[in-house]
Amino acid sequence: MIKLTIDHTEVRVPEGTTVLNAARQAGIRIPSLCYLEGVHVVGGCRVCLVEVEGAKALQASCSMPVSEGLRIRTSTPKVRAARRTVMELLLSDHEGDCQTCGRSTDCEFLAVARDLDIRDLHFTGAKHHRLVDESTPALVRDSAKCIMCRRCITVCGELQATGALWAQDRGFECVAAPAFGQNLDRVACVQCGQCAAVCPTAAITERDHIERVWEALGDPGKHVVVQTAPAIRAGLGECFGLPPGTLVTGRMAAALRRLGFDGVFDTNFAADLTILEEGTELLMRLKAALVEQKPVALPQFTSCCPGWIKFAEYFHPDLLPNLSTAKSPQQMFGAVAKTYYAQAIGRRPEDIYVVSVMPCTAKKFEAQRPEMNDSGFQDVDAVLTTRELGRMITQSGLDFTALPDEAMDQPLGMSSGAADIFANTGGVMEAALRTVWCVVTGTPFPFEQLHVAPIEGMEGVKEMAITIPEAVPEWAFLKGQTLKVAVAHGLAHADRLIEQVQSGQKAYHFIEVMSCSGGCIGGGGQPRFTTNEVRRERMKAIFAEDEGKPVRMSHENPAIAALYRDFLGTPLSEASHHLLHTHYAARGVHH
Amino acid sequence: MNGCGVCSCGGATSEADLRLRLDEAIHQYQAVPGGLIPVLQTAQGIYGHLPEPALLRICSGLNKSYSEVAGVVSFYSFFSTEPRGRHTIRVCLGTACYVRGANRVLAGLKQALGIDVGQTTPNLQFTLEVARCLGACGIAPACMVDNVVHQSIKPNQIASILQSYE
Ligand code: SF4
Ligand code: SF4
Ligand code: SF4
Ligand code: FES
Ligand code: FES
Repeated sequence: MIKLTIDHTEVRVPEGTTVLNAARQAGIRIPSLCYLEGVHVVGGCRVCLVEVEGAKALQASCSMPVSEGLRIRTSTPKVRAARRTVMELLLSDHEGDCQTCGRSTDCEFLAVARDLDIRDLHFTGAKHHRLVDESTPALVRDSAKCIMCRRCITVCGELQATGALWAQDRGFECVAAPAFGQNLDRVACVQCGQCAAVCPTAAITERDHIERVWEALGDPGKHVVVQTAPAIRAGLGECFGLPPGTLVTGRMAAALRRLGFDGVFDTNFAADLTILEEGTELLMRLKAALVEQKPVALPQFTSCCPGWIKFAEYFHPDLLPNLSTAKSPQQMFGAVAKTYYAQAIGRRPEDIYVVSVMPCTAKKFEAQRPEMNDSGFQDVDAVLTTRELGRMITQSGLDFTALPDEAMDQPLGMSSGAADIFANTGGVMEAALRTVWCVVTGTPFPFEQLHVAPIEGMEGVKEMAITIPEAVPEWAFLKGQTLKVAVAHGLAHADRLIEQVQSGQKAYHFIEVMSCSGGCIGGGGQPRFTTNEVRRERMKAIFAEDEGKPVRMSHENPAIAALYRDFLGTPLSEASHHLLHTHYAARGVHH
Repeated sequence: MNGCGVCSCGGATSEADLRLRLDEAIHQYQAVPGGLIPVLQTAQGIYGHLPEPALLRICSGLNKSYSEVAGVVSFYSFFSTEPRGRHTIRVCLGTACYVRGANRVLAGLKQALGIDVGQTTPNLQFTLEVARCLGACGIAPACMVDNVVHQSIKPNQIASILQSYE
């Protein structure tokens, strides 16, 4: 433990702690902008300056480790003046239209300006040339809001191994942007929105679908249904001040009903469906390899995450045959809603309007992929992020926290606990293993609480091997086989894993990849700000939701059984192939 | 035949030859940390500027994103993505030159060349740039053509200065 003094208060913290964090422990919040714990610690913006006794220059507390006997002052006139100068310079070059800015409720830059109580600006310098980039389906970039904290550059380059954003130009003209300040559609961007999740301002935000949803809700000719991704129920509450990890499934259903949706459904339903399709696909690939000795692409990779899919299409085109052909749950839901459900309620598919609520910006991209129209129409019409749903609820005047718990509508609102865990890294794999195990062995899944601990948690790459001790006659060839699986979250981790697989260093049968750190609970569309602590709380909530369900396995969901019985036949049937599966195409990295 | 005017190749250097030379540089620096800048310098030496196809080739060769490479190119003023003229004119806009009419000199050059600052004449003869202070304040207004300083320029001398470089 290191002992130091901050503002005349003695603090003891472990070695390696930064002065900024030591101060937080002492109850002093030093303002920060560029700092992103564990990810981007560069001391760039200088708003976190403090005075260190004995040192001439002020120090950036975010990147200064504590040392024994250090004496720190955080609010001297010198510190206050320096911070003020930093902020005034940034503010003088910032398009400060806060009243109409979509980020004013969760803008860190505004919060710092407010905390420092800055009332007037002493600089009226030149402003950057403003460039609003609406070239991609998921994101909007507004250069006039950028304060060059460079968080997005680090996240996109180092965590996502994509490098779509970089500092362009120099000096005053310097901006965080795609190559030569061009639009985002000119470079390889996977639309994951992790840049938007960390941007302290509105320089990168999601493309807003709120208006089109209100419009559809007001159209008497449309039957508007909504599906909510598993991760929403563990995040939405944060938009209304509830602590991270508060499950709000019931209140969310109540809110959606009051917003006027004709059917309040669950992406979870389609997640269960995905497990049946993708799990069967895995078994068929294993059969082809082990029994028929046919050349078949293994390992199979999951295909639920559109950011990962786009990443593979750009950077690993040789792996496209390995991607499961199963559509993501969002897209399966859309296709089923406009066919099976439309028939059931006697409506034409074109009258059904499907809205999804996703923790994700890449889902906006996915919904508009041209091939995603197997119902004959665009399968998903609008995609709201968790943040956008929060804003819609606020716009409508609903007091979210006071709403009663209500249930989702049937049949597309029915789901197993296995579907819930799709929200967490490792969850799709765990859900698949639960079902594959039971189908193949005919015995209960041999894990405590049904949780596969080795593939859970925040480790970037996780793996597990499990030997199949016995098998029912149909899958007899799997008896004694050892199934090897791996899980990666964060595309840089996925990249590393792929390298090991391609070099022959590692071999697996099935690999789950999610773009976002922690999985979809940490998605680019979730309430801000997502720290690792927040991720852990949301994950816990998701597991609690799973454990509270009467049905915990996808193949035991009665609504899914009915869908196969009445409509699809079996997994991988012709109808399934037509509606629930897709194909991928390599993309040039450079235009 | 359309010689390049620099060497005796007689203009016979084909696109493929140039690409080969670029690939050699990429190969040489592939594993070298900080190899991007020498490769870009070589590429600019080969092509006279950094055309997009060359940049994209460097991206794949060095396994870097286009945005990263573009970030480096746009950071250093000696890299150019536009073709450059055989001669570079740099008009000083420093304080001393400015008060002695550098602006009029610049306007005269723009008009005579038919281009704006940062541009190159269509015949690739001249590239027009501005500078802050050339360290020749005593003989303001000054401008440099390649390595030669021209002093106390009056707008009516522009034509003859340009002519000496045609
Ligand atoms: S969406 Fe993802 S890939 Fe695209 S710029 Fe943002 S962080 Fe990078
Ligand atoms: S776009 Fe946002 S995250 Fe990126 S540098 Fe600008 S302010 Fe920072
Ligand atoms: S991990 Fe989830 S939230 Fe993130 S890009 Fe993939 S699907 Fe979207
Ligand atoms: S937060 Fe410390 S320098 Fe930006
Ligand atoms: S100001 Fe022009 S040379 Fe110094």
